[in-house]
Amino acid sequence: MHIIREDGSLDPRLDPGLSIDQVVALYKAMTRTRVIDDRLQRLQRQGRIAFHVGSLGEEAAIIGSAAALRDRDWIVPCYREVGALLWRGYPLQRYVDHMFGNADDPVVGRQMPDHTFSREHRYLCVSAPIGTQLPHAVGLGWAAKKRGLDECVGVFFGDGATSSNDFHAAMNFATVYQTPTLFLCRNNGYAISLPTDRQTATRTLAEKATAYNMSALRVDGNDVLAVWRAVREALQRAREGGGPTFVELMTYRLGGHSTSDDPRIYRSKEEVESWRRADPLVRVRKHLEQRDVWDDDIDADWRSACEAEVKDCVRRAEEKPAPELREMFTDVYKDQPPHLAEQESRCLAGPRAPEEDQD
Amino acid sequence: MPEMNLVQAINSGLRGAMRENDDVLVLGEDVGRLGGVFRVTQGLQEEFGADRVIDTPLSESGIIGTAIGMALHGMRPVSEIQFADFIYPGFDQLVSEAAKYRYRTAGEFQVPLVVRTPYGGGIRGGQYHSQSPEALFIHTSGLKVVCPSNPYDAKGLLIEAIRDDDPVIFFEPKRVYRAVKMEVPEEPYVVPLSEAKIVRAGEQVTCVAWGAMLYEAFSAAEEVAKQGIDVEVIDLRTLWPLDVETIVSSVKKTGRLVVVHEAPQTCGFGGELVALVTERAFLYLEAPPCRVTGWDTPFPQTHEQEYLPLAHRIIPAVIETARY
Repeated sequence: MHIIREDGSLDPRLDPGLSIDQVVALYKAMTRTRVIDDRLQRLQRQGRIAFHVGSLGEEAAIIGSAAALRDRDWIVPCYREVGALLWRGYPLQRYVDHMFGNADDPVVGRQMPDHTFSREHRYLCVSAPIGTQLPHAVGLGWAAKKRGLDECVGVFFGDGATSSNDFHAAMNFATVYQTPTLFLCRNNGYAISLPTDRQTATRTLAEKATAYNMSALRVDGNDVLAVWRAVREALQRAREGGGPTFVELMTYRLGGHSTSDDPRIYRSKEEVESWRRADPLVRVRKHLEQRDVWDDDIDADWRSACEAEVKDCVRRAEEKPAPELREMFTDVYKDQPPHLAEQESRCLAGPRAPEEDQD
Repeated sequence: MPEMNLVQAINSGLRGAMRENDDVLVLGEDVGRLGGVFRVTQGLQEEFGADRVIDTPLSESGIIGTAIGMALHGMRPVSEIQFADFIYPGFDQLVSEAAKYRYRTAGEFQVPLVVRTPYGGGIRGGQYHSQSPEALFIHTSGLKVVCPSNPYDAKGLLIEAIRDDDPVIFFEPKRVYRAVKMEVPEEPYVVPLSEAKIVRAGEQVTCVAWGAMLYEAFSAAEEVAKQGIDVEVIDLRTLWPLDVETIVSSVKKTGRLVVVHEAPQTCGFGGELVALVTERAFLYLEAPPCRVTGWDTPFPQTHEQEYLPLAHRIIPAVIETARY
């Protein structure tokens, strides 16, 4: 499914009918996410943060999905979807504090960068093992259904996760119990270095849903309106008791898997260039320009506003101290058991590691 | 007060917990219509319906993983893994997810999940119906591990585990599921977690055991008593977080320690118990701490009575420790 055409006009048969303000908001969120990504990437290269896993090229798949969900719906992230969390109003400062693992990091320095969460925004916690979040999304929706609540769950995962054990467990439970779960598969072409056509022998990922008797949609994941429409359709089905839907979002990871990756080893410059021409930001911007609500000046102003915002957050984050060492010993259990209290006092009293080299 | 065996007491505990809290539900393979392969959940589906006593597809990671999702929503699922030997497909969900959710969200989310699973040998179950994998879960920060030996404790500990806000692995000694009967109140009650119990007071040797091996330790103690050796037997009940104080004060009195468990010796929980006691009571020890355990082999079929640390192996170990 494509909705935004090459020239920026919309396919009238599929146009989901968003107001122009809504489309501007989508574009602005996508651009903001990219500016933040770009800044974090550079901070990592400068050695100021340890790691970043970005969403360059996948902004439409992420923001479009988040926008189609309601605030009452849950988002269960993979790890590239901080744009969805920011869309829900998560404070940028909190995210940047997390990236620095400082005293205001919501997880007080316990997880590597880009492992965020927020109960307030109904956004579960990123975890690195692939696919383990999928059964949680099914259980979460199942609980909402059992409790008679109008809440659905959108769970993000990549093409690689479709090979994981938990993918099959989750797909099966979701259909057997008809849970209101939206399987949002960002097929970005690669699981680190492995291309999707080596990940699976099936022609598409969406057809895997057929084996579970699950509805499936396959859409242009770089077309934010197509993503919005598909996810909203899946949401409607789930709300009406029609159970889960598999949504394959066809996109491309323009950057590396993470800041630790070098994609030049496994894919050609030409391939990347061809996908750059399908940049999801360019697509929606063309439409906005065609509607006369956006131009180069507005764009430059918006980008520099985002730049200034993130720079400001980074400055503040760098000024904050590290979390207290004792935080390492809390939240293992609800109440700290004696063995951890004992280890905490030993650690606090004991010799300190030498200061790490800062260059 | 009615007499119950372990199966009946656990059933009664589940029933009580489900009656007092609508958020408690049971899910697992064959737990509903059949009432579980050991009949532990018998009659629960009739009382609470198929939405709360759920027959699931055959997928341990699904049974545990979806239960984690329900727990994140605030429910209190009790997952049954049919045999502890089959828990490994759900191991990633327990170790990477359930155990770490509170820590990695600084307490914003919690996973009040109980995983019940029959463990241990002695039922002619061979490699895949006999294992005792408790050490793997004790080693995982964030999990609580419980292993009752008798019906009264089983019911009280299970209700407490369901009320607890942390994930609990609840190992049930299937070898004595129907072998032990005692008076158990019909009404819900709790036995606190992390409290060991001295089941036989003694002065000369401390013997620590749990689950089905408790009975072997006890009968070994009775046997050596005839030879004038006075053994104190401790039932751990909760394996982790551990009530180390009860063990250490006992060893400070006796000066001698024997630990019994079914799991293989190397890196078994016995090694940790010996280390903990040695660190805390080194100058009180009159003999090397001793482990009587399963051998470091896969669990055998024909020779399971020789694999298990039954009384015939505990008795000489206790005598040797006492006479050292």
